[in-house]
Amino acid sequence: MTTADDPASGEQTLVVRLRVNGMWHEVRVPGRRLLSDALRHDLRLTGTHVGCEHGVCGACTVLLDGEPVRSCLLLAASADGHELTTVEGLAEPDGTLHPVQQAFVDCHGLQCGFCTPGFVMTIAAYLRENPDPDEDDALAACAGNLCRCTGYQNIKAAVLRAAELSRGTGR
Amino acid sequence: MKPAPFTYHRPVELDAALDLLGRLRDAGQHAKVLAGGQSLLPMLSMRLAEPAHVVDINALAGLDGVDVDAAGVRVGALVRHRGLERHAGAGAVLPLLRQALRQVAHPTIRNRGTSVGSLCHADPAAELPAVLALLGGAVVARSRRGERRIQAPDFFLGPLESALEPDELAVATQFHRPPPGTGTAFVEVARRHGDYAVCGVAAAVTVDEAGRVRAARAAYVSAGEGIGALDLGAAVAGAGVDVAAWADAGELARGLVATESDIHASAQYRSQLVAVLTARALQDAAAQAGLDSTSHASALDPAQGAR
Repeated sequence: MTTADDPASGEQTLVVRLRVNGMWHEVRVPGRRLLSDALRHDLRLTGTHVGCEHGVCGACTVLLDGEPVRSCLLLAASADGHELTTVEGLAEPDGTLHPVQQAFVDCHGLQCGFCTPGFVMTIAAYLRENPDPDEDDALAACAGNLCRCTGYQNIKAAVLRAAELSRGTGR
Repeated sequence: MKPAPFTYHRPVELDAALDLLGRLRDAGQHAKVLAGGQSLLPMLSMRLAEPAHVVDINALAGLDGVDVDAAGVRVGALVRHRGLERHAGAGAVLPLLRQALRQVAHPTIRNRGTSVGSLCHADPAAELPAVLALLGGAVVARSRRGERRIQAPDFFLGPLESALEPDELAVATQFHRPPPGTGTAFVEVARRHGDYAVCGVAAAVTVDEAGRVRAARAAYVSAGEGIGALDLGAAVAGAGVDVAAWADAGELARGLVATESDIHASAQYRSQLVAVLTARALQDAAAQAGLDSTSHASALDPAQGAR
């Protein structure tokens, strides 16, 4: 990682390499740049949403080396050299939705959509390890994400539906 | 909600990290060590902390090991909560680790947060400090000046304050294995699973071969400002596991734990939880101790147990 000072502010900047949805990107950011902001502002991947910015709401959840993490609780510099998956990277290249995305459509699991990317990423990772959740499991899987308008019942239904779809498609 | 500017460092050698921390200390520069960052990043973003330097230790090699032996479990500074929770050997020797780690925030946070980092953060509302206080053990601190082991009672100085010096890096924690015949339990009440506990209790009960209580201890989460373990043996020691007055131990704890009010609960309600959850956790722990009848034998037979 190379560093240099920003000529205007004098603040240290770093060149950070991130592999996002299979593609390498290089950005020059200050050390304090949050990963969520690097994704949204520097890489223009605005599918990752930023709600509370202190790890409570879960809207900014992305996969870091395949595991869900809060991107607002990581520095972009800490993710240097790592693999990230955002909601933009879930669907197939031909546009076929990921089973979790399809399940949210099927079950009306979103209304305003603000919290949705975080839910979708969290649930996609959850189902990989827990392919056959019951209702309680489905609720617990979402307990770390806040939704303020859709309501959790439809999201819970979407978790169960996504599990069904995943089993059906073998994904 | 953005961190104030700081200089970011990511050393790749432990010696370089220690040298850096030493030089920053000598220069009077405020530095924070970044491991999982699940507590530090919110503090930076809310500007509750504004260090001039952040030393990211995630690139250091050799700090991500979990070592299990007869003495207990040693956890490296870069072991994530989730990794420790999933570690079969650690779970076999110290079931309390897994019991407590499942209550630490949400899996998404546990994927990144580190167990040693949680200890260093020394938050009385966190689960791991209570576990270390209950089991006993030490934090291994390294600096240019050498290595020292800080025993659990000496490590937690107060809320959000550990005994680490500014130039020291906590490289590992040792959790002691309790004596044979000991069962443990962890219970907590939170508004939602994964939220900060309104009150939580880690308990350990040691039972002798005749099924009588030999020792009963408990440590608390979110109950007050202190981090430490209480000896509750006075209420139950000598009694049979089936008839021991766990509620009396709960009342003993109620009198010993100074609770506080905040937006989530009144001090009075917390004290009620201290009493009720203590009784519940001790009873659960005693049941585990009863099930653990093989442990008397396994402690004598090195072929058994999780060596």
